[in-house]
Amino acid sequence: MSEAILKVEGLKTSFFTDDGEVPAVDGIDFSVNEGEILGIVGESGCGKSVTSLSIMGLLPAPPGKIVGGHIYYKGEDISHAKESRMRKLRGNDIAMIFQEPMTSLNPVFTIGEQLMEAIRLHNHLSKKELIERSVELLKLVGLPRAAELLDEYPHELSGGMRQRVMIAMAMSCNPKVLIADEPTTALDVTIQAQILDLMVKLNKETHTAIIMITHDLGVVAQMCNRVAVMYAGKIVEEGTVKDIFNHPEHPYTEGLIKSIPDLYGKKDSLYTIKGSVPKPGSITKGCLFAPRCEFVMDKCQVNRPELLGDGHKSRCFLHQGQGRKEVRK
Amino acid sequence: MSEALLQVENLKKYYPIKGGKFGKVSEIVRAVDGVSFSVREGETLGIVGESGCGKSTTGRMIMRLIEPTEGKIIFQNRNIMELSKHDMRKARKDIQMIFQDPFASLNPRHTVGHIIEEPMIVHKMGNRKQREARVEELLELVGLSAYHAKRYPHQFSGGQRQRIGIARALAVQPKVIIADEPVSALDVSVQSQVLNLLKDLQKKFNLTYIFIAHDLSVVRHISDRVGVMYLGKLVELSESEILYTDPKHPYTKALLSAVPVPDPDIKTNRIILEGDVPSPAHPPAGCTFHDRCPVAMDICSKERPNFKVLDDGRMISCHLYD
Amino acid sequence: MFHYTIKRLLMLIPVLLGMTLIVFAIIHAIPGNPALTILGTKATPEAIHSLNRSLGLDNPWYVQYFSYLKGILTGNLGTSIQTNSPIASEIWPHLAATIELSFVAMIFAVFVGINAGIISAWKQNSFLDYTAMILALIGVSMPVFWLGLLEQWGFSIKLQWLPSIGRDDIRNSVDPITNLYLIDTLLRGRLDQFWMVLRHLILPAIALATIPTAIIARMTRSSMLEVLKSDYIRTAKAKGQRMIWIVYKYALKNAFIPILTVIGLQTGLLLGGAILTETIFGWPGVGLYIYNAIQYRDYPVIQSGILVIAFIFVMVNFIVDLLYGLFDPRIKYR
Repeated sequence: MSEAILKVEGLKTSFFTDDGEVPAVDGIDFSVNEGEILGIVGESGCGKSVTSLSIMGLLPAPPGKIVGGHIYYKGEDISHAKESRMRKLRGNDIAMIFQEPMTSLNPVFTIGEQLMEAIRLHNHLSKKELIERSVELLKLVGLPRAAELLDEYPHELSGGMRQRVMIAMAMSCNPKVLIADEPTTALDVTIQAQILDLMVKLNKETHTAIIMITHDLGVVAQMCNRVAVMYAGKIVEEGTVKDIFNHPEHPYTEGLIKSIPDLYGKKDSLYTIKGSVPKPGSITKGCLFAPRCEFVMDKCQVNRPELLGDGHKSRCFLHQGQGRKEVRK
Repeated sequence: MSEALLQVENLKKYYPIKGGKFGKVSEIVRAVDGVSFSVREGETLGIVGESGCGKSTTGRMIMRLIEPTEGKIIFQNRNIMELSKHDMRKARKDIQMIFQDPFASLNPRHTVGHIIEEPMIVHKMGNRKQREARVEELLELVGLSAYHAKRYPHQFSGGQRQRIGIARALAVQPKVIIADEPVSALDVSVQSQVLNLLKDLQKKFNLTYIFIAHDLSVVRHISDRVGVMYLGKLVELSESEILYTDPKHPYTKALLSAVPVPDPDIKTNRIILEGDVPSPAHPPAGCTFHDRCPVAMDICSKERPNFKVLDDGRMISCHLYD
Repeated sequence: MFHYTIKRLLMLIPVLLGMTLIVFAIIHAIPGNPALTILGTKATPEAIHSLNRSLGLDNPWYVQYFSYLKGILTGNLGTSIQTNSPIASEIWPHLAATIELSFVAMIFAVFVGINAGIISAWKQNSFLDYTAMILALIGVSMPVFWLGLLEQWGFSIKLQWLPSIGRDDIRNSVDPITNLYLIDTLLRGRLDQFWMVLRHLILPAIALATIPTAIIARMTRSSMLEVLKSDYIRTAKAKGQRMIWIVYKYALKNAFIPILTVIGLQTGLLLGGAILTETIFGWPGVGLYIYNAIQYRDYPVIQSGILVIAFIFVMVNFIVDLLYGLFDPRIKYR
């Protein structure tokens, strides 16, 4: 396997509000290899988006702040890098696309202006070269009428087309890592299929590593190589897509997979995980999932499990030591 | 099977767009363009489609929250299009609605108890004591507790708020519930709780659902029959088992193939549709899907296909099956 | 755009007509008789009667109105009762003085107001933000006459830096061409006089600009705060753009529509609202002109003065409407 291009170690990000410190991301480790697609999956409030903003150095600060851990890009710790250094990395080495294609483009500038700006920030090109490169990028992301699009405004484009423009902008400087935060959540299913297809194609062609942040297990299953499942600010399970979907270890992962209605068959009732996601910081002792877990044991209430395992890791006592065979027959 | 409880015939909603000189109507947006279906008592009819296909407008027209431009809505053998305002208000007691955004649809300044009680007050049901008892009963029915009645909507999570919305809809003992994207704002683990609740309630009270959603898996799970909408029209409607295992309309096929399945071992043969859904103000001539259809024929751009019934009971509008 | 402009211009006709009617009605509702003012309280009823007839004041109101309207359309604003000269030619030097003062005041207000608002929003909840917003609050609450007097006391009387009265020095007066003195002095190549005129403008312009500056600053701040939170600003940051560029190029253009509306309204108000400032600073503008006319019950002058101001107000806002499209491509003119 190739070298890790981005490595996150013990990252902790908190929001400091009037009610005190809220730990949104609570010590997570993961790495992304060159050319790989890593999925980070979890439900709302699990900290997956905060993770991406922490990597980009785009946390709304205040109140957000990285309070611990490291983020290594090609071996360089960028978790507390200067703004001027981050500006050089953003867009050029690490690019990002967002959930809302409708609002992520500036409504009062043309597509061309916005696209060319992204290129110009990290490259010295003449006006003519800029236009050529922009047209080339728009064609790369499968947009028809590329040359005309340059003079159009975002509101003249559909949601799917805007997300393609966002991708073109993100890919404009051949980044090493592309962070995609729920890139298809706001899109219709047929358009989602187009965009996911495009992302996989770009990943194959350019070897840009992709961090796919999503709540949709279907998206993860269909396009990622490896997956990290997040729950309440922590990674609870990590492994290859096949590991996660075929042999989930953490009861949360398993519960999530089981509670999705099946497109190919009909069940009378769906599996449910009881209760709801705890408020960040509200559980101070034991496993964060213990109150909702159907396999909960005494020690889960007291001790907090670590993320352990070789390749396929999970944060659950059931799979650590002798607990495994006791509960799972 | 029992006969149709609710029948919709050739329902249309046109929005004129004013423009040009002196505010003349310059174009017409055909949000819903001739939709017909029927719903039997106790069943769930799912309506799927992508944004802008007119599925929500259809749902709202059945309650006459949006006034249809044309068409008939026959409920319990009465055309509710002909009802007076007064009678319509009474009829709404039998048809209730659940909305997508559980937060936006609950008044933040009222207690949950008041929110659930309100439809009963409107329809003059019971005295104060009886209503309060009913509120408590309803709260427990949807998986909340009686003491929640004193609280305000913001004190609840998204899933709990949707339960409140369901309790409010049930308060007046309706026969039909129109659920418009009721779980699309919810997380997966909460979504399954709400879906199970809806199914349980249906069994308990013999409710009839019209379930509008964009998530095909969710619709399959809950529906007995499913209609697929595209650009203001139904393109295929049949028993959900038939529709999902053997889709016939090219759009249904593409739609189903586009769903990312949460199983890495299933690699679907995706049919990637080109381009976007056209504007409902300028629908393509002939079959409105022909410009994106992978198997379009000459006739498709010229003639609009009729809705016909195939041997397996499915209704479809596509020239391939003429 | 062309069609829209024509349509809007046509729509101005009823507005302007209504305006003349209202102005006419208000003036005639004011008690007091101009003939009495002209002739003095000891005038005989016969004299008053004959003067009324010669001024046309004995005709029914609608006859008076239509003759008035006819006059306006032919560029005849009537004759001043006080000076007996045509108002149309008399009013221009006053109007020019007001326009010059308002223009300078507005430039000041736009420049200072927008920058203060931007910095406040960018450095939200900082010392700078609080200072700017407290100053803005003082600015909107400060009575203009009080501020004017303070300025005169401080900068003219105590420090003797700037003149306190008039548009120019009496012994070194400007030879008018357009009556816009800043332009006239340049046209005549008199840089010394240009500087002198500018010095006269500073104090009244600042007094006049205070409220608009404060309002523009507050509007800019709230509008910018909204924009700075938006997704596309995050996108711009993710590209690696500098914050100062993001704020001044990206965000400002988006935040500009409400600011433009305020600028338009304030410009209109400045033109009409300069009466107090003009009185304090002895500024020979339209405000002062109308003020004097009111004291003399010079009906035709009051009417014309108000009409001219109202006309400018309407036109400024018309121009603002057309400018919207320049800042937001989503605004379609139909």
